[in-house]
Amino acid sequence: MDISPAQGLITASWLLIALPLAGAAVLLVGGRRTDRWGHLLGTATVVLSFVLGLLCTVQLAGLDEGGRSVGVDLFTFISAGNLDVHAGLLFDPLSAAFVLLITGVGSLIHVYSIGYMAHDPGRRRFFAYLNLFVAAMLLLVLGSNFVMLYVGWEGVGLASYLLIAFWFTRPAAATAAKKAFIMNRVGDVGLALAIFLMFAQLGTVTYEGVFGSIGTLAGGTITAIGLLLLLGACGKSGQFPLQAWLPDAMEGPTPVSALIHAATMVTAGVYLIARSAPIYDQTETARFVVMAVGGVTLLIGAIAGCAHDDIKKVLAYSTVSQIGYMFLAVGLGPVGYVAGLAHLFAHGFFKAGLFLGAGSVMHAMNDSVDMRRFGGLWNKMPVTFGTFALGYLALIGLIPFSGYWTKDAIIEATFDRGDVWGWLLGGAAVLGAGLTAFYMTRLMLMTFFGRSRWEDGVHPHESPKVMTVPMIVLAVGSVAAGFLLVEAFPLSDWMTPVFGEPSEGEHVIAPLTFGLAITVVALLGVALAWLFVGRREVPVTAPARVSPVTRAARHALYADAVNESLFMRPGQWLTRALVFFDNRGVDGAVNGMAAALGGSSSRLGRVQTGFVRTYALGMLGGAVLVAGALLAVTTG
Amino acid sequence: MSDFPFLLVMIALPAVAAAVVAAVPRGRDLLAKQISLGVSLGVLVLAVLATVAFDTGGDRFQLTTSVSWIAEFGVRFALGVDGIALVMLLLIGVLVPLVIVASWDDLAPGDEGSVPGGRSVRAYFAWLLLLEAMMVGVFAATDIFLFYVFFEAMLVPMYFLIGSFGGPRRQYAAVKFFLYSLVGGLIMLAAVIGLYVVSNSQLGEGTFAFDALRQLDITPGVQKLLFLGFFVAFAIKAPLVPFHTWLPDSGSEAPIGSAVLLVGVLDKVGTFGFLRYCLPLFPEASRYFAPYVLVLAVAGILYAALLAMGQSDMKRLVAYTSISHFGFIALGIFAFTTEAGTGAVLYMVNHGIATGLLFLVVGMLIARGGSRQIGDYGGVGARAPLLSGAFLLAGLASLAMPGTNSFVSEFLVLIGSFPTRPVFTILATVGIILAALYILLMYQRTMHGPPRGPLMVEPDDEPVAAGGGATAVATAPARASLRALDLSRRELAVVTPLVALIIGLGVYPQPLLSLIEPAVAATMSDVGADTGSGGTDR
Repeated sequence: MDISPAQGLITASWLLIALPLAGAAVLLVGGRRTDRWGHLLGTATVVLSFVLGLLCTVQLAGLDEGGRSVGVDLFTFISAGNLDVHAGLLFDPLSAAFVLLITGVGSLIHVYSIGYMAHDPGRRRFFAYLNLFVAAMLLLVLGSNFVMLYVGWEGVGLASYLLIAFWFTRPAAATAAKKAFIMNRVGDVGLALAIFLMFAQLGTVTYEGVFGSIGTLAGGTITAIGLLLLLGACGKSGQFPLQAWLPDAMEGPTPVSALIHAATMVTAGVYLIARSAPIYDQTETARFVVMAVGGVTLLIGAIAGCAHDDIKKVLAYSTVSQIGYMFLAVGLGPVGYVAGLAHLFAHGFFKAGLFLGAGSVMHAMNDSVDMRRFGGLWNKMPVTFGTFALGYLALIGLIPFSGYWTKDAIIEATFDRGDVWGWLLGGAAVLGAGLTAFYMTRLMLMTFFGRSRWEDGVHPHESPKVMTVPMIVLAVGSVAAGFLLVEAFPLSDWMTPVFGEPSEGEHVIAPLTFGLAITVVALLGVALAWLFVGRREVPVTAPARVSPVTRAARHALYADAVNESLFMRPGQWLTRALVFFDNRGVDGAVNGMAAALGGSSSRLGRVQTGFVRTYALGMLGGAVLVAGALLAVTTG
Repeated sequence: MSDFPFLLVMIALPAVAAAVVAAVPRGRDLLAKQISLGVSLGVLVLAVLATVAFDTGGDRFQLTTSVSWIAEFGVRFALGVDGIALVMLLLIGVLVPLVIVASWDDLAPGDEGSVPGGRSVRAYFAWLLLLEAMMVGVFAATDIFLFYVFFEAMLVPMYFLIGSFGGPRRQYAAVKFFLYSLVGGLIMLAAVIGLYVVSNSQLGEGTFAFDALRQLDITPGVQKLLFLGFFVAFAIKAPLVPFHTWLPDSGSEAPIGSAVLLVGVLDKVGTFGFLRYCLPLFPEASRYFAPYVLVLAVAGILYAALLAMGQSDMKRLVAYTSISHFGFIALGIFAFTTEAGTGAVLYMVNHGIATGLLFLVVGMLIARGGSRQIGDYGGVGARAPLLSGAFLLAGLASLAMPGTNSFVSEFLVLIGSFPTRPVFTILATVGIILAALYILLMYQRTMHGPPRGPLMVEPDDEPVAAGGGATAVATAPARASLRALDLSRRELAVVTPLVALIIGLGVYPQPLLSLIEPAVAATMSDVGADTGSGGTDR
């Protein structure tokens, strides 16, 4: 990795981060004075960032392939001893692609939020937090070393906390925010330890330095670094075993779910692993664990998605599951990085679109999220239905929509491993594709079709243009992104400077047969959903008597129960026991000793009289001791 | 300019002013406050000028002043600062004026005479100024005997601040604070005398001068004994587990302003002592005892963090978080690397700022609600956005969020300790999860959720919460109306500079790091540590 100094517009790429950060600062410090125009400023900063990002990317594309890693050194952040951390940026094809995703989808969601949050008294605060998020996320992908990445990494965690808890007077929102932050921090510990280990072994934390010398380390150390990075990635991306926070995060306003908990922040784990490709290239073991985590998570998410009635939770579990696909891909190594990233970008479009559609539906249904009280909405809100349907087709991966191109590439590459794990995980991925088709069809049927089961006083209506236009743009992206990224302008070509030449390996299964098989599986999922949901009347309350499988799926395979019984409750007991021990044991022992020395414990309490004597005695004793000792030493 | 006796003036000015403030006639309280604020701002200006005059590439101790004091025993009134002491003086300079502004209305005139021996506005501010003088002295002393004198003398104003102006159990807390410190001080005194004895036999004449004592060649056995003498005193002061139980009582009973100085500055004398005295004077003993100290440090990080989670009293909670943070500082010092040591010193400064803000904001909340119990609050954020914002920022700094000052120091401590002490560091890193828990639990319970608790009922029928006693503070203002719930201008004047420092030092810490690093590197070479931790050479 050779980093060349920035020239031209890219020298100003720090503005990408500074613009939304300044927006956040103005809105937070300005307070109520900025209420009237705060949302416009917030949107403008992100749009400007997008334009600047686009111009920088154009400039980058004009450079030689070998010179497309451009560094911008801003100032010395932390320098002590041998540690030298600079606030520096790295603008290369990978970060450029993320910049466009973050600011592009970010701009659309800011615009949408103007309408969605129009009646919320805290709209200015909302835009401030959104801007803060965009700035932190851009720092995460643009930083030129692992410490900058870490700063952005925790920064997006904070923004996510603030936004999940946006309606903080609701206890559920407050609790969900805290849960998200804590589980993210568990992952952050992994990332931090990975950085410590890099510094201890290599003496540097820059991408350039670490990737350049990683090969000199022992295999076990590289694997340890890879696994620690993975822990960080799992926390941020809601992957097993740290997946339980993401569905709860849906307590935040829906645009937040779209931008942060679907399109961008939760994909940071995929970015981290792709960015650290030179590390993972050296460790088969860590790669395998990444892949296995992805395989397990994609199934957990898909299974849980089948049993939930909350429209946002279904989409959240779907996100968990789809990021599982991305992890599976990047765990494959060089053949998978680009496939995983292509799915990430396509997913960014269609999942953001789906969430915005869900928000539009909620808007029409008095903020209800219960799909059992939806139904028959397709002709009441045609734009929402149309854009949502395109996102749906993209997600379940029917040809020629986005998901077909990007998801199939992952599954195909998994089988191409050729070994038993390839077949096993590939099988899981195919099963996941079927489940995805099932839960998404179920969602479509319960929301838009069938008899209307609305609660009293609900009068569905289409959302205003400021909301529908971003949905339309994202829907176009959902249709086109996959084809564009895989066939028309292959992402693999753009990423060549980062990951090397795309390799065309042997296919285990002929592509045509394969595409056909996947399509059949997806259609099977659709058909099953029709059989179970579409054909029948949907009861307005969830049936209580269900099979153990359904019950387990409703509880998301008991992830919360496990966390609570393994960590939370023992932790609470331990805390209570320690508080008792500290008050009675440690403090009691010391007080007892003091009392014994002082003659009576009551003296401890009688300050006004007791103190002066004690104090005088102490001073006198000290003075005598000092004088005596000094005299003895000097004269003796 | 460097000939100006900065340090002497920084001690003398507040000390003299303390006498003046005490002598202000009864009824002229405002004058007393104005003098105090003016003098403390003067000390801040002096601290800044001293920093400008300080040459980071120059001698280890600068701005020195030395006059003979007790000639018979070679005791000199010797002052001087290295980068470590200098940043502590800056911290004192910043905190004291803010504490004075924060305490402006804490004492209503009617309080005077209600408690024997005090509760007068003049006495309170006079003690604060005297405390400032003693704190400057303890960091600026380069003669160990002088250091000891300041170390003990510092107790007196703090004793009266807690014992006369504190919460309902102030007397118990004050005596406990005093006894703990006195015991530690006496043990240290024995070690100080021991050093004198050694210097007397080796140099022919006894001395307390730090620079001379550093050159002594002390046998390992004696080193261990003397090390322990100093260590115990400092471990009580810092405090490290298991010497910590006085701090939650003192921290929670002290009036908020004094609690800030107690935890923010006074306790740092302990960790400062490790670095200034234990490591350079007893290098072999330091290396010998390092593993044991690290056990205490890491146990303290985790133990105190768990205890913080279990507290229902906000001030006690903050006190426990500080004990946990002191564990990080001790880890950084006894890991014996320049990176970790630099981080530890920066941590001492940052913790004073971050926990200072946290204590102050908690105090502002308590002043409004009249209770220290977390359970008496809820949903405050909905009514007081500025207060809750400041609370959150202080909390984020406390949990070392990147972008705040504490991140830099905690990160340096951990990354610097990892190369020499990986196991301890990994255990300590778990502490950052616990930190998120104790901060966010407190924040969620008080600021989030539906508004509830005595603070949120209509002002007319507001019951005065019993048993809170939130210091002297509880008496004063803010009972008035819900509109007055958010921060006042005076409170904003306290919060804003600290917020600016938290973010400013979080983004650009390098100026402080360049002050600290050379002194730490010198200390680490004294202790014979491999200063080049990390790096390809291993």
